Amino acid sequence: MKNTDNLFNQLYSKKVMEHFKNPKNMGEIKGADGVAIVGNPVCGDVMKFYIKVGKSGNEEILSDVKFQTLGCGAAIATSSMVTMLVKGKPLKEAEKVTKKVIADALGGLPPVKMHCSVLADEGIKKAIKNYRQKSSKNS
Amino acid sequence: MKTVYLDSAATTPVDSEVFLAMKPYFLTRFGNASEPHLLGQQSRRAIEEVRSTIAEFLGASGKEIVFTSCATESINLAHKGLIECLNPGSKVKPHIITSVIEHKAVLETCRHLKTLGRADVTYLSVDEFGRVNSGDVLNAIRPETCLVSIMYVNNEVGTIQPIKEIGDLVRKENKKRKERGLAKVYFHTDATQAIGHLDCRVEYLGVDLLSFTGHKFNAPKGIGALYIRAGTPVLRQQDGGGQEFGIRAGTENVPYIVGLGKAFEILKKRNETSKKLKILQEKLIYAVLNIPRTKLVGHPKERVPHISSFIIEGAEGESVVLCLSDKGIIASSGSACTSGIAGPSHVLNAMGISPELSHGSVRFSLGKDTTVDDIRYLAKVLPQIVEKLRRMSPKL
Repeated sequence: MKNTDNLFNQLYSKKVMEHFKNPKNMGEIKGADGVAIVGNPVCGDVMKFYIKVGKSGNEEILSDVKFQTLGCGAAIATSSMVTMLVKGKPLKEAEKVTKKVIADALGGLPPVKMHCSVLADEGIKKAIKNYRQKSSKNS
Repeated sequence: MKTVYLDSAATTPVDSEVFLAMKPYFLTRFGNASEPHLLGQQSRRAIEEVRSTIAEFLGASGKEIVFTSCATESINLAHKGLIECLNPGSKVKPHIITSVIEHKAVLETCRHLKTLGRADVTYLSVDEFGRVNSGDVLNAIRPETCLVSIMYVNNEVGTIQPIKEIGDLVRKENKKRKERGLAKVYFHTDATQAIGHLDCRVEYLGVDLLSFTGHKFNAPKGIGALYIRAGTPVLRQQDGGGQEFGIRAGTENVPYIVGLGKAFEILKKRNETSKKLKILQEKLIYAVLNIPRTKLVGHPKERVPHISSFIIEGAEGESVVLCLSDKGIIASSGSACTSGIAGPSHVLNAMGISPELSHGSVRFSLGKDTTVDDIRYLAKVLPQIVEKLRRMSPKL
């Protein structure tokens, strides 16, 4: 079969559709250690991330990550993918996740979706920041 | 999985009768209609027969029908062609009146003319139902106004525009203008979503130019036409040979013209379709509005039977369309995410619908083959999808 993927860059990859249809880690965490909302309803995409922080040796890791998203296919798929990428990872590593890493893991995204619907990286970073602020207040 | 096609406002399948009528014009009756020989004349006759079929349908004369490749081309030809004919070299800039809810074909053509300094353009606003006020058209007319261009039916929400009312007003105005020695105001309508659903006779409507395309009523994509009232100046935009009365050069697309003719013949026979669609539409609207936090968009009464548009709160339009498609239901959305451009639908925006809400836009459009079972299936599947997407959304 001819490879026509580059001609169809306005459409979603198979991987995007998989995550859109069966998103991973969807839902909320009661008593989460960090929470963040990114995006806004005017733009059309709103994502909420919940994180639970645990320890692995001396390192703080994301022991659980969940999301809730109102938005288009790309918004939902990137939310799902980012939770897969950072779950179980040390916080410092999770903070390094970029839009490009998420998009690549999904087999690419239509260019028009890149700037408007990929907020998931910011969401994770903001949730970790929220956790750090909370824990510095407590200590 | 069965497919339920609810996107007929986007396009329709080619009718099998249409397809069969076209076939010989690909294989054996392939002559160039400009040639005097047997095959050429066969093609010429076929074209002219279709021209009179369309003329009859519109209550026009054959000489007033020009074949094009699509409605977009017809619209470009009508607007640019008219403006380029009027007082070339004159210091007074021609003025066009159109509306904010027109199809991109009209909006972009007007923008082109304005950018090149060939015309001034007034964009009329619409009410909450997506309707242009005919009085606003009259008020916007200036001495240098040469063209009013308002669509017959809005493609996104299905609202019918008061074309006959506007046509009558423009006619009256033109009588007054004649006495005052002012040039005529021509009236164009984009009837793309109206053919087969509404009265499109040009005398009744009072239009001078009317654009449409075949693929919205089971002719193939790639064939359209422009009605040009006799005496209306239009400069051709595609230069070349003398085809189409010198208004549109290029070898005639005979098989597609034949297909378009057949589609019109079928339309004439199926006048009960609109009634059937009306009943199906009522069922469809009832089923969707049964879902909490949903709203019908467009005019409650002045709407075509085949287009129904909704806002589903708390579910993004593209996501709804993708989930429906996964269940075999083909629909469309005016949300920003489906249009490939930043910002939600210009039509919903013009109707005063906030961006928060217009992201939840979904359009269902029926075709002649839509059945009660199709609507029942949608009524079963859609609530589950909306619930799933709403469960996925954060509570704010």
